[in-house]
This record gives sequence, C-alpha cells and structure tokens, in this order.
Amino acid sequence: MAQATVHGEHEPTTTGLNHRKMLMWAFLGSDCMFFGTLIATYLVYKNRSIAGPMPEDVFSIPVTTVSTFVLLMSSMSMVLAYAALTRNSMKTFRIWLASTAILGMTFVGFQVFEFTVFANHEVVVKCADVGVVELTSVERKVAEKCGTADEHDGKVEETVGLTPRTNLFGSTFFTLTGFHGAHVSLGIVWLLSLFFLSFKKGGVTPEKNLDVDLAALYWHFVDIVWIVIFTVVYLFGVFPGF
Amino acid sequence: MTTLTFPIPRPTHPTGIWNWLTTIDHKKIGVLYGVTAFILFLSGGVEALLMRIQLSGPGREIISAEIFNQLFTMHGTTMIFLAIMPLSAAFFNYVIPLQIGARDVAFPRLNAFSYWTFLAGAIILKISWFTGGATNAGWFGYAPLTSVQQNPGTGIDSWIISLQVLGIASLAASFNFLVTIINMRAPGMSFMRLPLFTWMTFITNILIVLAFPVITVALIELYFDRSFAMNFFNVAKGGDPVLWQHLFWVFGHPEVYILILPAMGIVSEIISTFSKKPLFGYPAMVLAGAIIAFMGWMVWSHHMFTVGLGPIPITVFTITTMAIAVPTGIKVFNWMGTMWNGSIDFKTPMLFALGFVAMFTIGGISGVMHSMASSDAQQQDTYFIVAHIHYVLFGGAIFAILAGIYYWFPKITGRMYNEALGKITFWLTFIAFNITFFPQHFLGMDGMPRRIYTYDPSMGWNLWNGVSTLGSIMLAIAMLMVVHNLARSWRKGEPASGDPWDGRTLEWSIASPPPEYNFVEIPTVYDRDDWWARKRREVRRAVPVGGGSGDDEAHDIHLPQPSYWPFVVACGLLIGGFGLVYPVGVYAISIIGTLIGMIGVYAWSLEPVNEPEDGESSAH
Repeated sequence: MAQATVHGEHEPTTTGLNHRKMLMWAFLGSDCMFFGTLIATYLVYKNRSIAGPMPEDVFSIPVTTVSTFVLLMSSMSMVLAYAALTRNSMKTFRIWLASTAILGMTFVGFQVFEFTVFANHEVVVKCADVGVVELTSVERKVAEKCGTADEHDGKVEETVGLTPRTNLFGSTFFTLTGFHGAHVSLGIVWLLSLFFLSFKKGGVTPEKNLDVDLAALYWHFVDIVWIVIFTVVYLFGVFPGF
Repeated sequence: MTTLTFPIPRPTHPTGIWNWLTTIDHKKIGVLYGVTAFILFLSGGVEALLMRIQLSGPGREIISAEIFNQLFTMHGTTMIFLAIMPLSAAFFNYVIPLQIGARDVAFPRLNAFSYWTFLAGAIILKISWFTGGATNAGWFGYAPLTSVQQNPGTGIDSWIISLQVLGIASLAASFNFLVTIINMRAPGMSFMRLPLFTWMTFITNILIVLAFPVITVALIELYFDRSFAMNFFNVAKGGDPVLWQHLFWVFGHPEVYILILPAMGIVSEIISTFSKKPLFGYPAMVLAGAIIAFMGWMVWSHHMFTVGLGPIPITVFTITTMAIAVPTGIKVFNWMGTMWNGSIDFKTPMLFALGFVAMFTIGGISGVMHSMASSDAQQQDTYFIVAHIHYVLFGGAIFAILAGIYYWFPKITGRMYNEALGKITFWLTFIAFNITFFPQHFLGMDGMPRRIYTYDPSMGWNLWNGVSTLGSIMLAIAMLMVVHNLARSWRKGEPASGDPWDGRTLEWSIASPPPEYNFVEIPTVYDRDDWWARKRREVRRAVPVGGGSGDDEAHDIHLPQPSYWPFVVACGLLIGGFGLVYPVGVYAISIIGTLIGMIGVYAWSLEPVNEPEDGESSAH
C-alpha cells in the first residue's frame, strides 16, 4: 500500500492524497447535486409561468456576458495567485488574490444591479408595432392600453417588475442565481480571509499552499456552475427554439 | 512551529461534562450518538404507542385528530432521521476506525461537529411539541398540505429547519467517513479486504453525499414558499405539487437504502462471526450493495404510482423496482450460504441477525408486491404499506441495530450483557413485533387507510387493531428490557475480554474497551478477516484483556486534541435555526446565531489540530 507524505501535511495517508483535498472533492460532488436540483426545478418550470415577465422580457445578454467574462477572469487570477504562492513570491500572490476577490465582488455587484433592474422592469410598446412586430406576452398585455388615455406619443408604458413572488420564472430564477451569488460571496469572504491572514507571520506560506489550493478549487467550481447557469438560463432563455 | 495561537487555551478536561462537550475521540462521539439516538428512538416509540392506544378500538376519542396528525408525522420523522440514521452513525463512529486499523477518523473535530449539529436538529424538531404544535403533514410533507394557507403555524417550519440542520450533520459526517475509509486504512487493508460493515458504510455515505442536497433544495423551496410567498408549489401561480413528490422521493428512495445498507453490513459481520465461517460470496455481497445503491436512484416514482404519471413511467419504474429485488435477494442467499455447514452459536446478536434476515425478507416480498402498479393502486396509503415499511425498518433496520448493540456492547463497555435476558428479550421482541405488524397486512388488504385517527365499528377492523395494539404494548416492554439489560450490564456486567466472540475483524484484536489511541502499533493486514487469520497463523497468544491502560506504551502516540469550536458552531446553527422557525424582527435571532457560528468557524480554522507539545516547541 502506498504510503506517501503529502506536501505541507505530515500525516501519511493510504492513497497518498491529502485528507482535506479529498473532503473538498466530496463536498463539490455534493454541491453538484445541490445546483443540479435547483437547475432541474428551473427547467421543469420553464415556460410554465401563468403571467410575465418572461426571460426574453428582462434578460440583457450583453450585460450578463460582461459579468460572465469578469467571473471567468477571476478564475485566471486565482490560478496566478496560487502559482505565485508556490514559487514563494508573496507580493504577487497578494496582488492576484486581491484581484480575484475584487473581480468576484464586481460579479456580485453586477448581479445586484441586474436584480434591481429586473424588479423595476419597464415595458414600453410602440402602438404602431402592434400586429406588425412579434410581441412578448407582457408587451401584448401592455399594448392593450393603446388607443386609451394612457397612450403618449404613440407609446404605452408600464412597470412590470420581476420579483421572486411574481411568477414561477421569478421564484426559480432568483433562487437559483441567488444561491450561486451566495456561493460567490462566501468565496469572497474566504479569499479575503486568506488575504488578511497572509500578512500574519506564518499565516499563509508556500508550505501551507493547500489552504489556498482548497479555496481555489471552490472558486473554480463556482465559476463552472455559472457557465452552466449562463448557458441554460440566460442563453436558452432568450434564443427561440429552446 | 505554530506562530498563530488563539487567545483561548485548549480544553484539557480529563473527565466530566466539559470532557464530553469538547471530546473529539471517535469512540466517545459514537457513545454520544448511540445514547442520544436510543433515547430519541424511545420517544418515537412513545408517539407510536399513543397512536396504537387511540386505534385499539373503534370510535375512541383519547387523542384528537389534530394531535394524531402530529403524532404520526413526528413518529415517522423521529424514527428515520433521529433514531435509525444516528444509531447507524453511532456504529460508523465507534467501529469504522477500529475495523480499518486507524487511531481516529480523518477529521476528528468535524466528527464532534456532526454529533452536536445532529443534537441541535433533534432539539429544534422535538421542542415544537411545546411551541404551538408539531408538524402534521406526514413525514414526506406533501404539498399543498404544507402550504402556509393550509398550515399556518410554526410546526412545518420547525420540521423544515430541523431536517436542514440534520442534513448538515449527516453531510459533514459522510464527508468525514468517506475520507476516513479511503484514506486511513491500515497497510495491507485493500478495498477487497475491508470488513463488509465498512463497505456498506462507505456505500451509504456516498448515497448521503448525493441524496441530501436534493432534499435540501426541496426544503429551501418550501421554506421560501411559506416565508417569502414564492410560488414553487403554489397551484394558483402554476406551481406543481407533484414536483415536491419527485424531489422528495429522489431523495427519499436512496434514503431507504441509507437506512438499510448499514443494517445489512452489521448483519453480515454477525452471521459470519457466529457461524465461524468467512462470509459466503464476499465479492458478490459488496457488488450487490453497490448495485442496490446505484439502482436506488432509479426507482423513486414507485412511491407515486397513483398520482397519474402515465403508462410509460409506470412501466419503467415497475421494471426497475422488480429488478432491485435481485441484488437484495443475492444478499439474503449469501447470508444463508454463510450459515450453511457453519457451527452456529445462537447468542443474542445472532438471534437478532437471524430475525433481521427473516423479517426483512417478508418486508422485501411485500415490497415487490408494490412494484406491480395495478396491485399498488389497491395498497397505496393503506395499512398494508404501514406493515411493509415496519417490516423493513423495524424488522429490518432496528433488528440489525439491536443485533449490533449486543454484538459490540462488550467492546464498547468492557462488560458482558446478560445473555439469558438478552435471549428472552429477542423472543419477546420477535413475537411482539409480528403480533403488532402482521395483522396490519390484513387491515390494509381490508382497505383501512393509514393516518386516520379513528374508524367506525362497522368496518370490521376492530379485531386486528386490538391485536396490533396488544403487540405494540408487548414491544414496548421488550424495548424496556433492552434498556434494563444494557444499563445494568454497563455498571455491573461480567468483565469482557478483548475478543469475546472469537471475532474476525480488527476491532477484536485490541482490549475492551479500547484504549484512547486504539492500536499501540498500526496493524499490517494480510487477509480478509485478518484478526481471525492472525489467530490461526501465529502461535495462539493471549488476547489483550479489558482495563489495561497501556499508558507506558502510548507515550509517543500523537492524538488530536479536544476542541471547543465544533460545539460552538453547532450552537450557532441551533440558535440560527430557531431564528428561522420563530422569526422575530428581521430574523434577528438568526443573525446572532450566524455570528456565533462564524466566530466558531474562524476559531476552528485558526486552531491547529494539535498544539505543539512543550518539549517540541522549545526545540523549534
């Protein structure tokens, strides 16, 4: 039976793999089922909301593409931080670690912005478009006011916000993306804790790089989950045929 | 070496309450799990007894319909989550490190955290009896019975939060035991040399890791519906109550195997030991366990045959349900093969193990009957189902757990239980169990629905209900005899040797009770049933006897040290959980609980597993 001493850990293990790293993988396997169930609920209820707004009403793919890019870049900076630590350049490590946390905070900021916009979603319909352009269900509903006193400059408008209470789409969307945001936020707290710990003597050292390795594993996992959410929820949500 | 020191000194209490609160010794945690879960098992038994007394005759009004609803819901939830699962966890804790030749689990503090969190979940559930009514929607909590319109009190919320907290405890324990079994085996202990109980524990923990997140999400959705007026199961907004059933049973069916696989592991150990033969068909037993776990994910909709799934799903789930009986049958035949031509010693653990095989087979056969959807349509929600579930969970899981308690009692306490009383207890349990639950098959066939609080005398159910109640009172007496035997023997029993059963696995190679460090020297394993083989390989040498302190040999064994923080984090979860069940202000109590938990997590992370010893620290 292989008896190996793992870097940064004194205890020999049966497989040579570190206990904590194995636990992290088991946890991530469990978390896959967690997000899998949330995504399954979302898909089961897709297109089953009785009233709008629907995904095509509220999603702005360019904005979410930017925030997705930000989150993916944070994975890169995480890799660079870990690489810097293993070659013992603490200053570079701190810069990249802080960058990762800041990119993560930017992503969460985007999410807060997006949620706020969705909650105050404004629908504007040009009455001339009715019957000419294909309208979404919410737009058709607002367009019913065309020809009444609510019509101004040939347009009607109404605030049809999306909240977790509005419809099935709202409940499933906010719960899924909200829990993802919570995972990112927890990751940010973890990264910042490591950042501040690194200023303490012996707090974060190349010998104890496993501490950072585990945070990185978690961080990459949360990024991968977002790739799935972006594809399944956002892209499939706006492109017809899905 | 360690420059980070936490201001609060490490706990160093050798005895007393602080020792138990801060212990991270897997054996002590195993005892805590076992004693707590057995008390909760008795409380679930009292709930059952109250229901049986109410149903003893037609038209009784001893208990109101509302209390009856709470009783059957709490009984089911208690027995599954607070009795059978933690009793299995007690054996995982005590036995697994000993069977694989380790000194502790991989994460001793996480192990303590699992126990205290389990206790927190139990408190949140049980206290709801006194805070305006317990949960009353059945242990699988079907929507829309659980909606805030149907069920405005805090009962459902306490059930949701309690299951979430218990889920955290189970998940933490499972991560721990997966890593322990993969990574802390003694040299030579390859996977195909693992004792079967360790194998079944390993498979069970994989199931927990994958199944619990599903119920976690379902409960989150239900909590959001109730507390924040979301729409997951709200029919008025297009929500689908059947989604709850799918999510619940996608978790719930693997959960059935989470309950029974450890029991199968215990029984495999006992039948092999008391037949003085190696387990027949060991690789087939391992594979059958793995196949049961895998197929356990493909049968969930057989709980839902009557909701109108349509012919294709019903056919598919009928076939998979029939198929899963095959690996289960392999196990039953292998137990019989193990006993074949063995010199069988009918001690109490063996009697309970044989009771398991017989009763579980009856429960298994009635289970296969349900797989046929047309037949199931007649049995759905009748006492036939109640009889079935009790044959697999009492006649199955609890019989095996009782077998395990008697089997490992000498190892845990260093004393023998009273054998004569044990045998009488077995026969009383066996007879009382069958008097209680076999007539329920007749009642179910006769159309008596489950979960009714009373019935009309003209229904023809009087006789068998009376018999069933009589049996349940006998069963209660039998369980008290178990308690009496164990409590008395723990203090006054005959001292037990390290190997009272001529055992086969490594836990019998050390003293009873085992020293804190378990093994003076980590053993090297050359065989399956290594201890049995070692006893025959070498010149027979004296088996270590109980009571030896072994201190002189143990001076250079480094054990993980006790810690306050697992307990503190669990307290945070308890307070935070209460805040979610009984929201005051803007969840103020939950915020306090979260803060306590976070302080605990940080202190835990910064605390080293072992403080450097005095001599060592001066050298660095």
